[in-house]
Amino acid sequence: MEIAGQTPDIISARDLGVVACNRCAKVWPAGRQTCTRCGSTIIARDTKSLQRVWALWLVGLMCYVPANVYPMLQTRTLLNVQEDTIVGGAIELVHHGAIGIATIILVASVVIPLAKFMAIAFLAISVTRVSAVSKHQRQRLYEVVEYIGRWSMIDIFVVAIMSSLVQLNTLAAINPGRASLFFALSVIFTMLSAQAFDSRMIWDLQSKPEGHSAND
Amino acid sequence: MSVVPPIPLDEMIVCPQCDAAYRLERPGAGERAVCQRCGTALITPRRKAGLQIIAVSLAIVILITAATVFPFLSINAAGASNSVSILDAALAFSDGPLIALALTTAALILFVPLARVLLSIYVLVPIVMDRPPARGAAQAFRLSEALRPWSMAEIFAIGCAVALIKISDLADVTFGPAFWMFAALVVLVVVQDNFLCRWSVWKSLDKPRTS
Repeated sequence: MEIAGQTPDIISARDLGVVACNRCAKVWPAGRQTCTRCGSTIIARDTKSLQRVWALWLVGLMCYVPANVYPMLQTRTLLNVQEDTIVGGAIELVHHGAIGIATIILVASVVIPLAKFMAIAFLAISVTRVSAVSKHQRQRLYEVVEYIGRWSMIDIFVVAIMSSLVQLNTLAAINPGRASLFFALSVIFTMLSAQAFDSRMIWDLQSKPEGHSAND
Repeated sequence: MSVVPPIPLDEMIVCPQCDAAYRLERPGAGERAVCQRCGTALITPRRKAGLQIIAVSLAIVILITAATVFPFLSINAAGASNSVSILDAALAFSDGPLIALALTTAALILFVPLARVLLSIYVLVPIVMDRPPARGAAQAFRLSEALRPWSMAEIFAIGCAVALIKISDLADVTFGPAFWMFAALVVLVVVQDNFLCRWSVWKSLDKPRTS
């Protein structure tokens, strides 16, 4: 085996002529179509994976725009009706002195989603060329993206709890705005996009000497 | 490439994250087999894990059912009050197109965790009793694994905390019995998920079925 790089004694399954099931990890000879243990389709390297990643990524990004433009919450009190977008609501909280909560909301609904879009795009681009960022760092980044993606849903749950709880007839009422639907869709599509990414692609380039292009 | 594998396929284990291939060495109970290249845990056996998981799973089923119907939170402000169950919270988005969101929320915080627990009971009971796997157990476990990222009970719990702080200057909030059940539930869901050694379960499902 001619394996360049820092971990010479680790061999990829593909180089051994075997393939592992993506779902249950059972090892089969290369070229096998379906796993008879769990019934999944076996894909050695998902060549269409990146197309799916980008398609879902784009839908997620498109949903993220209305999620920030439309109001997330509509607060109706005795005197007035107020509609807040995600960022507007956080600014409102800062004015009330709740800086901690405002930070949680800004991080969960603005920083994490934007960072996630950038991270997925970076990973998808990095596997098509020789990257300056090490494979371990990219694998770590992918795990963080997969782990943290679900947590963006927190804002939806907060809206759900608040708008079901604060229904005090004429005194005060909180209702969800249209942005909640788009925000949830955006989170779901970015999660699907991250899941579509085949992390084994990060490690494939290692088995090839520097300078060769990876067009398979 | 058609290299003949030097060792039989059954004695090989492949990291699902980075595709590194290793000769299989079963770790003892309490030990973990970890991929040297990317650090993914490959095998995490525990003694009597199956029985523990079944016990925890049954507790989760009871808690989810109870937490759904009992009052979860109630608020009081200037004489007006309102109390809701978790199902009410999930179905808050109920007008117009938001109904889709209501159903999604209910699924993420109640039905997906419940489905995963029921599926794992179905898969694990025959294994623990040393019987051949139940009919369709492999498909059931595959579905349960596919649903894993969509089970969001713990995220809902943190969402509760944030919502409570936001509301607390507007009105008095009191916790109902379901709130404490849900708090226990979140801990159990995490425990159940971490006890499970996926590799061992798949290995047990490999046994031929007698039907």
